[in-house]
Amino acid sequence: MLDLIWLVPALPLAGFLLIVLFGRKLGEPFAGILATAMTTTSFIIVACIYFKLLGLPSEERHHVVTLFSWIPVGGLHVDMAWLVDPLSITMALFVTGIGSLIHLYAIGYMHGDAKFPKFFMYLNLFVFSMLMLVLGENLLVTFLGWEGVGTCSYFLISFWHTRDSAATAGKKAFVTNRVGDWGMMTAMFLAFAAVGTLSYDGINHAAESGSLAAVTATGIAMMLFVGACGKSAQLPLYIWLPDAMEGPTPVSALIHAATMVTSGVFLLTRMAPVLHAAYPWSGDVIATVGALTALFAATIAVAQTDIKKVLAYSTVSQLGFMFLAIGSGAYVAAIFHMVTHAFFKALLFMGSGSVIHGMHHEQDMRRMGALRKVMPITAITFIIGWLAIAGVPPFAGFWSKDEILLYAFANNRLLYFVGVLTALLTAYYMTRQVIMVFFGEARWNDHAEEHGAHGDHTPHESPWTMTAPLVVLSALAITGGVMQLPFSSKTHWLEHWLEPVVHHAEANIEGTWASDNKWLLLALAVVIAGAGIAASIAVYAKGKAKPIEPAILADAWRYDASIAALVGGPGRKAFDAVASFDANIVDGAVVGVGTEVRAASGLLRRVQSGLVRSYAAIIGLGAVIMLAWFLLRGVL
Amino acid sequence: MLSTLFANAGTGEAMVSFPILSALILFPLFGAVLVTLLSNRRPEYVKLAAALISVGTGAMSLWMLAKFQTHDAGFQFISQHEWIRAWGISWHLGVDGISLFLVVLTGILFPLVILGVDPHHDEKRYLAWLLLLEAGVMGSFLSLDLFLFFIFFEIVLVPMYFLIGGWGYDKRIYAATKFFLYTMFGSAFMLVGIIATAALARRDLGYITFDLVKIAEHATFATNTARWLFLSFAIAFAVKVPIFPLHTWLPDAHTQAPTGGSVILAGVLLKMGTYGFLRFGLYLFPAAAVWAKPVLLTLATIGIIYGAIAATMQTDLKRLVAYSSVAHLGFIVLGTFAITSQSLSGGVMQMINHGISTGALFLLVGMIYERRHTRVIAELKGIQAVAPIFAAAFMVVMLSSIGVPGLNGFVGEFLVLIGSFETARWWTVVAATGVILAALYLLWAYQRVFHGEPDEANSSFKELTLREGALLLVFIGLIGFTGVFPKPMLSRIEPSVDKLIQHVEEHSDYKAPVHASSHSTETHTSTEGGE
Repeated sequence: MLDLIWLVPALPLAGFLLIVLFGRKLGEPFAGILATAMTTTSFIIVACIYFKLLGLPSEERHHVVTLFSWIPVGGLHVDMAWLVDPLSITMALFVTGIGSLIHLYAIGYMHGDAKFPKFFMYLNLFVFSMLMLVLGENLLVTFLGWEGVGTCSYFLISFWHTRDSAATAGKKAFVTNRVGDWGMMTAMFLAFAAVGTLSYDGINHAAESGSLAAVTATGIAMMLFVGACGKSAQLPLYIWLPDAMEGPTPVSALIHAATMVTSGVFLLTRMAPVLHAAYPWSGDVIATVGALTALFAATIAVAQTDIKKVLAYSTVSQLGFMFLAIGSGAYVAAIFHMVTHAFFKALLFMGSGSVIHGMHHEQDMRRMGALRKVMPITAITFIIGWLAIAGVPPFAGFWSKDEILLYAFANNRLLYFVGVLTALLTAYYMTRQVIMVFFGEARWNDHAEEHGAHGDHTPHESPWTMTAPLVVLSALAITGGVMQLPFSSKTHWLEHWLEPVVHHAEANIEGTWASDNKWLLLALAVVIAGAGIAASIAVYAKGKAKPIEPAILADAWRYDASIAALVGGPGRKAFDAVASFDANIVDGAVVGVGTEVRAASGLLRRVQSGLVRSYAAIIGLGAVIMLAWFLLRGVL
Repeated sequence: MLSTLFANAGTGEAMVSFPILSALILFPLFGAVLVTLLSNRRPEYVKLAAALISVGTGAMSLWMLAKFQTHDAGFQFISQHEWIRAWGISWHLGVDGISLFLVVLTGILFPLVILGVDPHHDEKRYLAWLLLLEAGVMGSFLSLDLFLFFIFFEIVLVPMYFLIGGWGYDKRIYAATKFFLYTMFGSAFMLVGIIATAALARRDLGYITFDLVKIAEHATFATNTARWLFLSFAIAFAVKVPIFPLHTWLPDAHTQAPTGGSVILAGVLLKMGTYGFLRFGLYLFPAAAVWAKPVLLTLATIGIIYGAIAATMQTDLKRLVAYSSVAHLGFIVLGTFAITSQSLSGGVMQMINHGISTGALFLLVGMIYERRHTRVIAELKGIQAVAPIFAAAFMVVMLSSIGVPGLNGFVGEFLVLIGSFETARWWTVVAATGVILAALYLLWAYQRVFHGEPDEANSSFKELTLREGALLLVFIGLIGFTGVFPKPMLSRIEPSVDKLIQHVEEHSDYKAPVHASSHSTETHTSTEGGE
């Protein structure tokens, strides 16, 4: 059964190839149905493998399936191989599960698009790449997937490529991610130089047995983190993710919320033993960057007016939480939050897509309002997603976020405080969004006329292909917390499941103040969420206070704009300088010498014709005499 | 010396009676003569003859590949005949893992160019020059005699000069002359080096010979002498590769050459330089090469970054691709002088992969020029909207050039970097930033040419024709296959590379790092009977 793992990435790959060959013939909706069927079948197989794995004793839940030898040179042996273990199967389950739902949703969302088959072609290629990433047995197979998802992300962000902003956003995402890829490649070089292999088992074993020097482990960990910052949109490399919202909304839900952007968290968890073997400060770096990113992005989300931009910054912020967890040694909590976040953020994104679809491609929340009346299913499911992300018990996000805050408290109280502040802001800006979109007055009619619109512009509820995934995901967003409930050791289900992967590195907080008083922290978290929601209602629903939305926050602290100015100004000038140095100095010298020789030969031999031979002969002869002189002087 | 001869005879078992290597050189040479002699009144016969000759040569190269002994590290299919006895010059040909795929690539590229790209005028002379070029390139990759190598190395210049000058674009004469003079300048040094090498080896061996293997295996040079000799070869190869700052002939030659010429130039001609570094640098003067390592690693790294930056700012699409070659070739030089099993194997892989990817890029740029009569990026826009298949083909080739794993470009680049990291750590860390820049200049160019709304001039851009599609499909097939399954290539390249490293270790104080080396014994099978 476990050996069937090859089918899991093979099916979406087959879907991709079939649509490449027959996409135009398949057309709408069959290309979409084919792609959805492939992903769903993959999900079923992963589920079977999962149950099979569950039936094995925990120490046997580790199985390598090798397809062929990919890059073997000298001491380097890289196999095209998959690793079946609790972590990879957890990832594969939610990638294929949520992936299937989003495929189904996209059949409705992309209805009528001229490039309908192409969209599903890319989507299936993405799922294949993502599965290679999470199932890889070694860093290089993961890197294959890592670059694959990056490339698909580029294709899909620029999907509507005639729009300049979409084309630019796609390029920006790819290039920024490449900065991270440089880090990941360097981590691979270090690992190979130190351990002589790129396989996870080999590197992690070296780290666990202590044969990996702390300084090397730190180097690997930090370089992997650079890679993670690119892919998972952390400071200072997060800038591509908000722009990535140029892509169709199913893409935002699948790639830029649920799956690809969590790759960095996955990678660091996969390499947890190496992080554990590194100097302790490396964990602090990761936790600090995570916490700062979480807070930074949350402050920006407060002032956004584009329905997708709020969710984009929210995603950056939630990913920051996951890195806070990783840096605090809470790998289980990081994966827990990754999964619940995938549920509720995919739900929120698809909900926003449903709104955009129903509003005829309007994304400005200032032109929405009162949509709950015309889009009841979207509204109810979106509200469930909101409660989950805001941290209201018993919804999924509450449990996972508090698990992270618990470990953060035990590790570093200052970072815990940053986390709590972020949680407060999260509840605040998400409530703001829900009010602006679904409550209050309907503002869409005022603007429909402005556009010179004609006919019926009343928003409508989306078709079943779009609402069904919303309903499924909202069920998961409600119940997802049962994976890991803090009541007793028995309810720590995810922890037991992931134990074979992270047991060595997972922080032990037994007996710390935080652990002894976790009920107090839990209660505080409920109060914080409540306070954020209440404040937001007071401002946006009751109008008791003016909204605080300064331009600097709407403009993302001018960080992105500053980088753009730097790249476009001095950066471009420097590049121009190199190009003109090449044309004038380097080539100028050559042309200068050539002209001199030409003039000299002209004088000497009065040859006017452009015979190459004469110049060549003179240069050649000169060189021969010069070198011969040097050589003979040495020899004779 | 006797042992060497007997060892050579030993390879005879694997060797077949048909002198395949001589045929690979003489058949296109014969073709060039034949095409020249054919009457121009029936141009289709001329074309047919040239096509058949080049396809036949390609088929022979593939047949040789099939017969090649995978785990044999030494030279195979050896052909040795005395030529000028008094000077010790012989017709000595052989192929090993390092030259194998360069020969095959040459065999494949020429028929593709002859069948797939039209010169528009004077087809007969064009085809004759191309076939002569093929003979010269084959000879360069197969020669195991210094003098013979030099002759082929120089012969190549002539047809290339006439191809650029005769069928190129507006500044073709300037570009052709620059190309010719620049390369001649380098070759002059090499000629002196070759004569001096033979003369000095004679003192050691007691007889005059230009035989590469004999000199490399048995002659010893004084430390300083070897360095001077290495330098004389290195200058010729550095111009040919080209290595920064000797690269400025390349953007002109590439841009002004006709499409077919650019494909051959990028595909195989530049590799004569990088191949030369391996065969006549590391093999002939190992200690001197190790001595010169830091300088060449530095120049290679500068080339990677500098070439990429210069590429970013180009306004001419073809010039951009030309500068990208400077960066890509930098990786090969880096791998060559890092001297580990991975870095050298990666370098050889990169020679092939660059030939495929950049060859295909030049074809695509040529197709754009055929349609729009411009290569200026600013005049192109929104092509993806009107020619999606064309855009998709460009995208795949571009991703291969960027080095996305799963495609061919990644394998060589990654192996070069991971291998070089062991012996040239900081150079590698800097060189690896080249992967960021590669994405930048290619994606930016792609966006400007293919994305956006097409303006009027570009809105009637024609989709790929069947012939163009078939041509590109060959390249894309190679790109995909090599990226996913490089093992058949690596397993043939690596034994020879390991043997070369062993040779360097024996003749210098260099020691290859532990992890990089192979632990299997099969790769040390040697038929050349080293020390």
